[in-house]
Amino acid sequence: MLEVRDLRVHYSGIQALRGVSLDVRKGETVALIGPNGAGKSSLLNTISGLVAKDTGAITFEGQRIDGLAPWSVTKAGILQVPEGRQVFAEMTVLENLQVGETALAERAPTYGLEDVYKVFPILRERRDQRAGSLSGGQQQMLVIGRALMGGPRLLLLDEPSLGLAPVIIAQVFEALAELKAQGLTILLVEQNAHLALTSSDRAYVIEQGKIVKSDESRSLATDPEVTALYLGQD
Amino acid sequence: MLAQQLLNGLVVSGVYALFSLGFTLVFGIQRILNLAHGAIFMTGAMVAYYTVSAGGPLWLGFVLAILASGILSVIVELVCFRRLRKTGDEEFGGIISSIGAGLVITTIAQQVSSTQILRFPFETFPVVIYRFWGLRVSMLQLFMAGAAIVLVLVLGYFIYRTSFGRRVRAVTDNEHASMLMGINPNMIYAQTYFVAGALAGAAGVLVGLAFNSISFVMGEPYLMFAFAIIILGGLGSIPGALLASLVFGMVQTLTIAYLPSGLTDTIIFAALFLILLVRPNGILGKDDAGSLRGRR
Repeated sequence: MLEVRDLRVHYSGIQALRGVSLDVRKGETVALIGPNGAGKSSLLNTISGLVAKDTGAITFEGQRIDGLAPWSVTKAGILQVPEGRQVFAEMTVLENLQVGETALAERAPTYGLEDVYKVFPILRERRDQRAGSLSGGQQQMLVIGRALMGGPRLLLLDEPSLGLAPVIIAQVFEALAELKAQGLTILLVEQNAHLALTSSDRAYVIEQGKIVKSDESRSLATDPEVTALYLGQD
Repeated sequence: MLAQQLLNGLVVSGVYALFSLGFTLVFGIQRILNLAHGAIFMTGAMVAYYTVSAGGPLWLGFVLAILASGILSVIVELVCFRRLRKTGDEEFGGIISSIGAGLVITTIAQQVSSTQILRFPFETFPVVIYRFWGLRVSMLQLFMAGAAIVLVLVLGYFIYRTSFGRRVRAVTDNEHASMLMGINPNMIYAQTYFVAGALAGAAGVLVGLAFNSISFVMGEPYLMFAFAIIILGGLGSIPGALLASLVFGMVQTLTIAYLPSGLTDTIIFAALFLILLVRPNGILGKDDAGSLRGRR
């Protein structure tokens, strides 16, 4: 579904990606793990069109998408849930969700308002509240819900657990598991390797802008190097 | 007498509101002070004048003025701001380049009008005076108040009740996230500048009719007042700009009516300072309303 081939990207003088290749197949959840600054977010942002590539190719369902503007990538059905819960703070929860529909362009919706409320019931309760007044966990649910309103064929998630309490993280990942069960294809960037490996089918390990390992998540979880580096003491 | 002055104040406030709403709309969405806004307002008045003096009906002048000011405003955004945004220096650089654009537009208008004060032919707008409850209201005043109220309501409807308005507010709130939701901010900017310019153009025609005096510098005092109004209301706040326009229009009208006229601006700006002492971000401003940095 998504093919990234030998992608090289630099910005502000730093070589962020040094020839990354990666595949995401329809229906799977693929995790991307690695230390801070390894290039995880750079990869997502290049796929989303926010960052320009130097060389390489990104193909989505047979169409080249590298070089497209972010809004065009979105309209093709790749929706990114950005890091840091970027809600539209001054708008209500409902309005945030409605803005998500912009991404549909001519495509038919896959998740309606009711479907999103079913996944995240709290959003229905809070629908008329200012998004900025929600708790961190509720905001994370809102940005995922907002992306669902855009009818994602591929959902990119950037650090969904960041800064959330363990109980809330569990809730968010439960919802992601539900979405996966419904057939949604997900590319997940996550610093918490344990979380990433238990909630994905396959995973890539990225270090200093290069993929250093890729395998089924189950096998990576028992890989001695990965356990030592990423699953270590926590 | 007081009721009469309050009514006059309402008409003045309406014009300020039309002018300031566009100014604050642009600031809210881009954090840019478009100092060419006064020249765009003047262009509206000029276009209406030349349409009427060429024999066209006033309504046509009005429509052309709104279109021309809207388009001019979009051109200012394309020429002055869009390129600067790519360099990331739009805040200070934008102020300077919009002053430049304002000068260019004003100078062209000066050439076209041969530095003359232009006046609409007599009875371009029918002079009809209504009297009721001891008040004296001209049809023009009613038209001005009506036009201002209708335009403000239409703007409010578009911004707060339509998907277009939601997209505008989304870009205002978080440009980065809005792009990831399929919004092309450049389109939203162009549309916002059009609306802002069109409102200013409408205000220009109304002011031109009210004072029957149109000149290439007529935008300057309004720009100055709009500046004060949007600071008073809270930078970028639409309800704030409305409220502050009302305060300004009323204070100005009442001071002119009851105090020596030279004191008007002194009182208005003294009031501005006093209010800002208590509410540094304006009446309805958010905590970060005045900060030019951040959010991106």
